[in-house]
Amino acid sequence: MSVTAFLTDSTLCIGCKACEVACKEWNGIEGDGLDWSGFSYDNTGAVGASTWRHVKFVERAPVPGLGGNAGEQASWTFSSDVCKHCEQAGCLEACPTGSIVRTEFGGVFIQPDVCNGCGYCVTACPFGVVARNEQDGRAFKCTFCYDRQKVGLRPACAKACPTESIQFGEIDELREKARLRLEELHRRGMDDAAFYDPTHTSVRGTHAMFIIRGDPRTYNLPPSPQVPTIYLKKGWRSSALAAGLLLGGTLLALLTDGRSGR
Amino acid sequence: MSDPVPLGDLVPGLERERRLAEIRREAERRGKLDVVGGRPPGAPFPQATPETGYYKIPLLKEPPWKWEIPLYFFVGGAAGAAAVVGAIADYTGVDRKLVKHARWIAAAGSVISPVLLVADLGRPARFLAMLRVFKPQSPMSMGVWTLVGFSSGAAAAAFAGFLSDRYGPSLPLRWLENAGQAASLAFGLPFSNYTGVLIGATAIPVWNRNVGDLPLHFAASGLAAAVGMLELMGHGKNRALQALGLGAGIFESWEGLRIEGRSDPHLDPLKHGASGWTTRTGGVLSGPVPTILRLLSALGGKRRSASLRRWAAWSAIAGSLITRFAWIRAGHASARDWKLPLEIRSE
Ligand code: SF4
Repeated sequence: MSVTAFLTDSTLCIGCKACEVACKEWNGIEGDGLDWSGFSYDNTGAVGASTWRHVKFVERAPVPGLGGNAGEQASWTFSSDVCKHCEQAGCLEACPTGSIVRTEFGGVFIQPDVCNGCGYCVTACPFGVVARNEQDGRAFKCTFCYDRQKVGLRPACAKACPTESIQFGEIDELREKARLRLEELHRRGMDDAAFYDPTHTSVRGTHAMFIIRGDPRTYNLPPSPQVPTIYLKKGWRSSALAAGLLLGGTLLALLTDGRSGR
Repeated sequence: MSDPVPLGDLVPGLERERRLAEIRREAERRGKLDVVGGRPPGAPFPQATPETGYYKIPLLKEPPWKWEIPLYFFVGGAAGAAAVVGAIADYTGVDRKLVKHARWIAAAGSVISPVLLVADLGRPARFLAMLRVFKPQSPMSMGVWTLVGFSSGAAAAAFAGFLSDRYGPSLPLRWLENAGQAASLAFGLPFSNYTGVLIGATAIPVWNRNVGDLPLHFAASGLAAAVGMLELMGHGKNRALQALGLGAGIFESWEGLRIEGRSDPHLDPLKHGASGWTTRTGGVLSGPVPTILRLLSALGGKRRSASLRRWAAWSAIAGSLITRFAWIRAGHASARDWKLPLEIRSE
């Protein structure tokens, strides 16, 4: 079984949201309601329990020539966001029911029949992806179209994308593709094109990589996401110390003077 | 021609459209807008930049828990510490009454805790889903197993104690009581503080920044609450409880100073806004107030001393409860911070 990934190339995205629609249709997700955000044409804001693909509309200060714009116009890029399917996934580690598993394709999958809605994964995701559905109580996020992959199909978003901004395939091949694509973009003068795949942090890389322009923070992509298990050692050490102090202190207090002076 | 009918009136569901018209009118009148993402005509468009992130939309999701979970933190902390006090009071053999009352607190906590968790999950069956795995790397999983061990032990000890009081002692009852008590001690120790690890090992900045202190802080808070409850149950003259309450109060005062003294943007939710004031209120009631009252009670005459200790007990219990809510609120405020996860220092 090959290990798969997404490569989302924002330089090819036209902001049509076909991926969002395809995802909702295939997975039968409810609507998000109508809400005006005022942030460019992005009225969704972020991925969530009912939004597993989300197109960001990144409107920036005018850069002459960027996106083919005239000098005084705001530059506009789009990028389709998704669960990163982390190599070291905070949600998966935190899940107390074993509902969240790593699939044979390398993706991170929530088994909806096992999820009990404790919500702990929500606090453990360094990308703010997984969310609790308030009516249902359980946690939801991108499934990496596990059902489709199982029968050899591409995920719905990748299939619907008309510009191949969302590419799907074997992870090493996609990394190589990304490298070639970056070289090409740089050659064409797009100096700020960059590859986002945080292999240098405790997340140790993702199965949803991005080609973006400039600083990842502009896309709400954290420069160094950390999987929260790195805090466990310090926490349990403190817990053991606290238990020791509680035991010792209580023993001391009761041995020296335990009588209720009644 | 008549005026165009506003879209909001034509389509009854479109409340939003009406709101939009309102916002537009307001912007025209004042030339300024305070709504998120709003922009009066002619003003520059909101932009995504390395300094403002993606339109300042927070990256992280807020913790989805409601009041049940912080209340559980309080109940569990007090019950765990009470079990420890009760078991050790039994082993040192000083005061039967104290043992019994401590057991009652532990037993009450062992019943209330799972009820609160089930209330958060929505359905009792969902609690069982956590008993299908044992997962050391998940503090939630470890916590649930600790809860199961603690609850069984504390309930067994209290039940056996009750039966032997009522129908006279017997060997099996003694066994059950001893085994239950030993279990409630062994599990009570981690049970009183694991919730600190639980919230510490998350992606929420204000929580994970304090992961090394939270378990100690929560243990002291739980102990203070347990001691306060025992004092109010008629052990207001017990000097060991006084010493424990004093220790917890001094530790909590130090914890407050530590938070106030560090200028770290990660800790801002503990100092500013509503969550900041909740933290301060909880901190003052847990730390300096009971500490001073206890010290004063050591000086004063008998009657005054008893009432001062009662006040100290109430203050510590309220402080412990408020402190748990404060940390959860701070977690919410911290998750709404769009800067820290993107490593943006100042606007
Ligand atoms: S991005 Fe969040 S939800 Fe997705 S795998 Fe990583 S930790 Fe889990």
